[in-house]
Amino acid sequence: MAEKLIEVKNLKKYFNTNKGLLHAIDDVNFYINKGETLGLVGESGCGKSTTGRVLLRLLEATEGEVLFEGKDINKLSKKEMREMRKQMQIVFQDPYASLNPRMTVSEIIAEPLIVNKVHSSKGEMNNKVAELMEIVGLAPRLAYAYPHELDGGRRQRIGIARALALNPKFIVQDEPVSALDVSIQAQILNLMADLQEKFDLTYLFISHDLSVVKHVSDRIAVMYLGKIVELTDYKTIFNNPLHPYTQALLSAIPIPSIDVEKKDRIILEGDVPSPINPPKGCRFYGRCRHRQDICKQEAPELKEMGKEHFVACHFAGEL
Amino acid sequence: MSAEKLLEIKDLCIHYITEDGTVKAVDGMNLEVGKGETLGLVGETGAGKTTTALGIMNLIPAPPGKILQGEVIFEGEDLLKKKAADIRKIRGNKISMIFQDPMTALNPVMTVGEQIMEVVQLHKKVSKAEAIKHTQDMLELVGIPGARWVDYPHQFSGGMKQRVVIAMALACDPTLLIADEPTTALDVTIQAQVLDLMKRLKDELNTSMIMITHDLGIVAEVCDKVAIMYAGNVVEYTNKENLYRTPRHPYTVGLFNSIPSPDSDEDRLKPIEGLMPDPTNLPSGCPFHPRCPNATEKCARVIPTPIEVTPGHFVKCLEYAPGGLH
Amino acid sequence: MSSANLSKQAVALPTAPMKKRSPWVAAWKSLRRNKAAMIGLFVIVLLIITAIFAEQIAPFGYDDQNLVNRLQPPSAEHIFGTDNFGRDIFSRIVYGSRVSLQVGFIAVGIGAIAGGALGAIAGFYGRHADNIIMRIMDILLAIPGILLAISIVASLGPGLTNVMIAVGIGAIPGYARIVRASVLIVRDQEFVEAARSVGTSDFRIVMKHIIPNSLAPIIVQATLGVAGAILSAAGLSFIGLGIQPPAPEWGAMLSEGRQFLRDNPHVTTFPGLAIMVVIFALNLFGDGLRDALDPRLKQ
Repeated sequence: MAEKLIEVKNLKKYFNTNKGLLHAIDDVNFYINKGETLGLVGESGCGKSTTGRVLLRLLEATEGEVLFEGKDINKLSKKEMREMRKQMQIVFQDPYASLNPRMTVSEIIAEPLIVNKVHSSKGEMNNKVAELMEIVGLAPRLAYAYPHELDGGRRQRIGIARALALNPKFIVQDEPVSALDVSIQAQILNLMADLQEKFDLTYLFISHDLSVVKHVSDRIAVMYLGKIVELTDYKTIFNNPLHPYTQALLSAIPIPSIDVEKKDRIILEGDVPSPINPPKGCRFYGRCRHRQDICKQEAPELKEMGKEHFVACHFAGEL
Repeated sequence: MSAEKLLEIKDLCIHYITEDGTVKAVDGMNLEVGKGETLGLVGETGAGKTTTALGIMNLIPAPPGKILQGEVIFEGEDLLKKKAADIRKIRGNKISMIFQDPMTALNPVMTVGEQIMEVVQLHKKVSKAEAIKHTQDMLELVGIPGARWVDYPHQFSGGMKQRVVIAMALACDPTLLIADEPTTALDVTIQAQVLDLMKRLKDELNTSMIMITHDLGIVAEVCDKVAIMYAGNVVEYTNKENLYRTPRHPYTVGLFNSIPSPDSDEDRLKPIEGLMPDPTNLPSGCPFHPRCPNATEKCARVIPTPIEVTPGHFVKCLEYAPGGLH
Repeated sequence: MSSANLSKQAVALPTAPMKKRSPWVAAWKSLRRNKAAMIGLFVIVLLIITAIFAEQIAPFGYDDQNLVNRLQPPSAEHIFGTDNFGRDIFSRIVYGSRVSLQVGFIAVGIGAIAGGALGAIAGFYGRHADNIIMRIMDILLAIPGILLAISIVASLGPGLTNVMIAVGIGAIPGYARIVRASVLIVRDQEFVEAARSVGTSDFRIVMKHIIPNSLAPIIVQATLGVAGAILSAAGLSFIGLGIQPPAPEWGAMLSEGRQFLRDNPHVTTFPGLAIMVVIFALNLFGDGLRDALDPRLKQ
């Protein structure tokens, strides 16, 4: 049995907005094993990025526990949390906004080392920065370049080097390749796979792109309006999706081939509803093809349908 | 490529002259779009896709842009030789464009109905009542209740806004529609809705379309022909079947290898090595040669020209040229 | 395939380290291409040199009276003519540049530092701090600037120092608002979150990440503000609340000369021109600076 590195229990995150209470994360449970990648997919506004941030306590949870190696990080003091941050890092989606435009590449990568006083001498630190740059494939000559002089792929490598600087165990990958071109995206995905193997990293990989998530993940959680609707290993989710939303999401991917037999596309009606004051029953009710009266009244719980295959649908397995 | 020609681009060169140097945004392009046909224009950032679209509409900002040479023949007339007033009559009327971001393509202080009516009244001699009727019909066509013509853009969601943009683009019954990454800003399930709508409308109205995208999945779904662009060059140009079954150009092959496919279980992707070249300082010879796995020293010297490898399948690669790679 | 390897090697040849080209350097380069801004900068530099070397440049002292030669039109000896006490107007303008520069820079300094600090606190901490600070600023903004300055000088008494304080206080709300707005934008940028995620302290976040990235609008506002401060000071002196005679202040010179406007217009023309040229130069430079520093206007 694999060892759990992260476990999330009944996690909730609400935001007060002018229009009402925004349920960004609404009672979410999952765990991530050591060395594995959990993919978190969903459309905009489903709460996947918020989940990543609450996991790192960049946002405070409204309720629930985030256990890192058994310790609830929400209960840590500011000082303990700073120590904890070395273990858990994040790579951001936007390689333009996530790098300070007034700092050079080496300054950006050195920052985690400086603020955590990892190295006693400057020379030692410079060596570490050079080593990190080499690991992520940045040429040494770029050390004094500014982010605006570099393309998206190299900027993302800077972000990865910064995340690696403190030798973390866990990295939240928040849409790390969404802003990149296809050919560069593949380079970065390969790099992250190599790093995972080399440093025994655990990833939470957040993305809206199911093909990418499937490629990188061991298990995949599908989120819809603040709730996990389906969670299982990457093969099962593609071969035997049980939640109607997962089914629709899968069928919506345009496949880059003309020879694959196209399944009948499920076109969902309407848009993702607002997470502000969501309906009481199933969140997917308004767009579901199979909705019944019970779906409007009662929110379905996440049930185990097969081995390690969790689905939140009243009619899972029957559809 | 049997359909009757609607648009023909011949030897088009568009450069941007900047302080840092000259960017050959489009370099010697030859393309054709037949009536009712959809051409996919595929490439990564900076490949020259959007410049091509603006070139067709004669909307290249000058300076810094400059159309050096070439012809854009639309319904038998060269658009590049037309007077500004004449081309304005074509834009939004016979050729219309759908932009990537529906959030910025609509004016926030006008109702969507007013914006569609504006286009209609600009190009067609109709009474106000007729324009309103037509506007409502257009909204219905894209799946929005006609009564919502009095609503403002912020009252619509992203997907609905893109439908409004499509309604506006189709309002004057264009013969050519240029869609610049029309679904990139949308969620997957909404993208599926919009693509479905576009396919349906194109068939119903027999409109020709140029679909600009970076997503080979979308091309497989909606296009008849495909042009793959790299650094201002069309490196491969053929019908969809040829492209997906027998991709020839190493860049096209590299693109296919870079995409994680939802249907196969590959362990590692095979990305194209290296980075996009600096547009002001393109490599000598074939612009792709520094990243090409098959490149030889000849590739650094000789600029390839399009070769018709099999009928209707054009590839800009020395491998298919007389003499080959050596 | 040895030739293939060859060509790839040729591409992958080690390149020289990239030049360090910080955003500030880039801004300066773009500023240098702006002719109007460079003319403005030239005039400003000229003014600073004039102020420093006033003793060497001015042919006469600023209070050398020569009642015989009063109200002389411009001549070879007195190129800008003389005033009602026979003082050389050119010399007074040269000495006056010192006062104008002092008022301009010190008043703006007071405004920018106090306003900047208040705006930064309001923007970074938000909530109550934001509410209290910005409401006070709103009250200050509700009083017309010149009226505020007049009332401050009236209560503190006239004089150079009090003018600078008055003009400086009047400028505080403007800076506070600008700094608050840009701090609010920068605060929510992902790189600030990234800094937080590696354990960076609030203090370091403000100093290393927020301030350098919100500096540009303040610099622009300050440059334009110098012009405003000089004008305000001149205005205060004109109505007699500013620098007291015989100190040569451009506004005060205008004020004194107005009685002779009909017969001896040169007494007012030259100080007026001096003010105009300096303000114009500062505005040209400030506008150029804005274009160079504003990333939205780039490309």
